[in-house]
Amino acid sequence: MNLVSYVSPLLGGMLIGAAASVFLLFNGRIAGISGIVGGAFGTDVKDRSERLLFIAGLLLAGLVVFLIHPEHFPAARSVAVGPAILAGLFVGFGTRLGNGCTSGHGVCGLSRFSGRSFVATLTFMVVAAITVFVMRHALGGGL
Amino acid sequence: MKSKLKHRLVFLATGLLFGFGLAISGMVLPERVLGFLDVTGKWDPSLAFVMVGAILVHIPFVRLAQRRGISILGDAIQLPRRKDIDVKLVVGAVLFGVGWGITGICPGPGIVNLVTLSPGIVAFVGAMLVGMVAFFVYEKRMAAGQKN
Repeated sequence: MNLVSYVSPLLGGMLIGAAASVFLLFNGRIAGISGIVGGAFGTDVKDRSERLLFIAGLLLAGLVVFLIHPEHFPAARSVAVGPAILAGLFVGFGTRLGNGCTSGHGVCGLSRFSGRSFVATLTFMVVAAITVFVMRHALGGGL
Repeated sequence: MKSKLKHRLVFLATGLLFGFGLAISGMVLPERVLGFLDVTGKWDPSLAFVMVGAILVHIPFVRLAQRRGISILGDAIQLPRRKDIDVKLVVGAVLFGVGWGITGICPGPGIVNLVTLSPGIVAFVGAMLVGMVAFFVYEKRMAAGQKN
């Protein structure tokens, strides 16, 4: 692991922090992806078009980077469909039940020193690490 | 410019900025995320710097927003005030952790990754939306149950 491999995560992280900051300063709200996306597909939403525009921004940025640097993205069939469906269901339900994901709790919550976000972030990090341990080492990469 | 249009531009612009950040950070590479989570294997700690960079930039602006009390577009600054650690918070984080650990994809990177049209990614995001809608249904049922 050389120094260069730390630079793009740091720069990318700073851009994410800048995005969350602009969002909070202009809209007065938390830039949690699961909250914005969940709300866009929920009922009784007043700002659905705004939320969909945020998602469009994510996709547009992805497209630009993908066209210039496809190596920043996973190879076409590297993510298996079966486990992905199971993972998606867990992630979708869990982030709504727990009121946030890596962005809402991990970035926004920790930045304002929220106790709830600290507990949530610690919990999902530890559980994710245990899940990886079980799948890679205990089950020997069965999935 | 009308306030509604300004809000829409902010959502689009922040989505773009967030997306560029995720795309260059390495968070959209499931193998790298799993390497970060694989603390007992060949651990790759580099993705910790995504969170470090994001938080360092965000902290002063959170302070600024709290001091202002009102957003630049005139909305109230709405930061969560809850302090209680309830079962929903912890169970939700556990479920999210299991899902994140299975494939190494969390919500933002899942959506940014859709541009690859990779079947696994499309399946992940589709299932994630189903999970989110399932939560709405569950929440409504719980609320209706409490009324009766």
